[in-house]
Amino acid sequence: MAQATFEEISASDFFYRNRDIAGFTNPSRAIFAAIRELVENSLDAAETTKTPPDVYVRLSFEGEATKETQIYKLRVEDNGCGIQPRFIPSAFGQVLYGSKYKLKQMRGTFGLGGKMAVLYGQITTHQPAIVTSSTGAAKTYQFKLMIDIQRNRPVILDRKVQINKEGWHGTIVEFTLEGDYLRAMPKIIEYFKQTAMVNPYANLTFVDPKGRLYKFIRGTTVMPEPPKETDPHPYGVDVELLQRLIQITTDKNMQDFLKHHFHRVGDITAQKFLEFAGLSPSKNPKRLSHEEIVRLMQNLKKFKDFLPPDASCLSPLGEELLKAGIVKELKPEYLVVHQRKPSTYAGHPFIVEMGIAYGGDIPKRGCFMIYRFANRIPLLYDEASDVSYRVITGMNWRRYKVAPDMPIAIVVHICSTKVPYKTVGKEFIADRPEVRREVANALREIGRQLQHFLSRQEHVHMEKRRLGVFSKYLPKIAQFSAKLAGKERLPDIDKLLKSVQKYGEEESKHSEEEE
Amino acid sequence: MEKKKASIAKRKNEVVNSLKNFGTTVYDQLDKGSFPTINMPSRSTENINYDPNLRQYVLGEKIVSRSARNIRHVKPFTQLAWAAMFSNELTSQRKTSTLRDVYYSAQAYEMTFTDQQESNNIITDLETMTGFAREDFSIFPEERSAIFGDLTIGYTVPGYEGKTLNLTSHPDGVLIGPALTSAELLSTKADKVIAIEKGALFTRFIEENVHNKHHSLLISCGGQAPRQTRSFIRRLHDELNLPVYILTDGDPWGMHIAQVIISGSANAAHLRELNTPDAVWSGVWATDIVEYKLPTDPLDEVDVKRLYELQKDPRYQNDPLWQREIKLFLKIRRKAEQEAFSRYGLTYIVDEYLPTKLKGST
Repeated sequence: MAQATFEEISASDFFYRNRDIAGFTNPSRAIFAAIRELVENSLDAAETTKTPPDVYVRLSFEGEATKETQIYKLRVEDNGCGIQPRFIPSAFGQVLYGSKYKLKQMRGTFGLGGKMAVLYGQITTHQPAIVTSSTGAAKTYQFKLMIDIQRNRPVILDRKVQINKEGWHGTIVEFTLEGDYLRAMPKIIEYFKQTAMVNPYANLTFVDPKGRLYKFIRGTTVMPEPPKETDPHPYGVDVELLQRLIQITTDKNMQDFLKHHFHRVGDITAQKFLEFAGLSPSKNPKRLSHEEIVRLMQNLKKFKDFLPPDASCLSPLGEELLKAGIVKELKPEYLVVHQRKPSTYAGHPFIVEMGIAYGGDIPKRGCFMIYRFANRIPLLYDEASDVSYRVITGMNWRRYKVAPDMPIAIVVHICSTKVPYKTVGKEFIADRPEVRREVANALREIGRQLQHFLSRQEHVHMEKRRLGVFSKYLPKIAQFSAKLAGKERLPDIDKLLKSVQKYGEEESKHSEEEE
Repeated sequence: MEKKKASIAKRKNEVVNSLKNFGTTVYDQLDKGSFPTINMPSRSTENINYDPNLRQYVLGEKIVSRSARNIRHVKPFTQLAWAAMFSNELTSQRKTSTLRDVYYSAQAYEMTFTDQQESNNIITDLETMTGFAREDFSIFPEERSAIFGDLTIGYTVPGYEGKTLNLTSHPDGVLIGPALTSAELLSTKADKVIAIEKGALFTRFIEENVHNKHHSLLISCGGQAPRQTRSFIRRLHDELNLPVYILTDGDPWGMHIAQVIISGSANAAHLRELNTPDAVWSGVWATDIVEYKLPTDPLDEVDVKRLYELQKDPRYQNDPLWQREIKLFLKIRRKAEQEAFSRYGLTYIVDEYLPTKLKGST
């Protein structure tokens, strides 16, 4: 066996060494990831207060770094809820800060995003980050921060307090980082476009290093119902979470502990479960041994009588907003959207929403355009590994009279308290059978509707052709027969031509009823 | 003869009337505001039956309806109306046309046919609907056969009315075309018709004076006899009461050339008087091959296959001759051409074979 030395490292240190897994793989990917993480935090922050988000992003050129990379200053402003001053340093200067014991659907689920960006900036440029924020109260606070990587602690270099005359609320983050914007540009623009599609109530502005302005204006001010916070569902917990819950609980017995910290567990369910697990209801959870905690976790997964999680903690976009977003960004000729009922995988509720858009500004590419979203963020990389991609490409589209060369875009939105990403980089969704089934069902539903649309279109087309045939040939029959019969006057075929039209209308009405 | 003379004019009249009637029917239907519809016997295979009394194929009871209401029928219906009008103009202006010509003429009326086959089908529809052959509508096929012998005809075509012609006047024979088939048959000294499969033997017969020696009208079929030739043979038989003898190669194909002259074809089941049921196949039989020890070739696979087909064909059931010859062909597995008689000298077929056969066949 090779010799190995073990040393404890902090979370910051860990991500510093393993920045690949958080999406900061290379200079072009890093700049994309930084923008994306901060924009997502901003959108979350605005939605918390039910404010239609206004997010302003500016990337400016600061100087050359290496042959391929440059130093940029990134500034992201939002009109969100703001951060209370005492939390600001930790929120941006401590990785994994903001642990959640409650669950609700959020864009950033790893508690990493913003911090990783700041951390990456610090690693590559050795400059502090400046964070300005206000919750709308009397003052705004500005911190100049760096991260002590080894200790995973924020280092406050400067702190300014100003009077907040306008009652502004929101957060402004500004820091420098090394990157390759030229190569990242297509993905970044695509990211904004798709974010605008799935957040149709948001204004997004991006000014790039060349001074080009990209503006995505909201199409509606209606926002989806914000998610409610819930406790974790028993099927979804692991040992780590159990230990954390035990640490913070004030309950002195198992019965109350289960009741208070788990989703949809009441007195009766708790009692039944404890019987099933062979645990005394009066046992103090803090006295559980490590083995007992592991057994408890196993039994939580085995017990059959927990109620399924409800979806109140989810905030799907809803069919109307999804429609508005797709119409705004894709301008299709035809669009149908469908939202599935909530479902669960491993104790986590999720909802699949899907839209299929046809024609209009959608180009013919020889294959469908697939837009994937999870918790309202676009997924731009690793398309072919995504469960939606697999379901879409695996479907027998001929059954729906759909050919790959048609101008078709498919939009998939999966929202969940825990989106089953395959990687920390949040690029694609794992192929879980429950998720796959929901995606497939949604796809079938919109596929059917698209088929109806296409066949109706085909019908109208046929009807036009039919009328064309009659109005071409009936006059000729009239002409030839008159000549044959030796008549001067042509027979009156107007009635007949009119009846053909009527006949056609009735026929198309009839077939619509059949549908 | 006066009665016969009227036959051509009368038939023309009937044809024109049937076309006019069709036009009037369509006109009236249109004028009443209804979709023009016509019925005609179906030409599908299951509706083609052999009629042992008529000794030809006929169409059964099944009727098909062509209606302009049906989107798939509108175009063919229009084409049919056009074809009727076109034929009517040809006939009343006493002009003739060919199937190929029809195909191109349609384009002047923006009535394009997809291909020659489509326009041919429409002409067949017109035949089926009216019961007249396309030759009656002045539409003739390209292929021509010839006739030679002592028959005097009186032309009815424009510019030749009143002129007569004796068909011995040209030693290559006279083309059986529109002018001839529309002519009245005035007089003949012949007492029989001999239809010959091949042009070479036809020419030999003329050279050998067969028409005089055997008082016969000679016809060259040029392979499978064209419809107008078959219909002309029928007229020679009916109007002049001449028996008809057919000479073909001694193989299944020659045999069938004779059969079609006698019993007609399934393709023309919608038409009458294209066949001559009383005509006789005089040879070359399989029996002749054996009897005259003719030089032969072996039967190919297709020949044998064809023989088995013919054995089951209803047209081959009414005379024991056919079955006997088919069996013998199958037994000897040999075939012989008409020219095979040349091994006995150029005149043998005329001096020896023909008289024997003519005697034997009657």
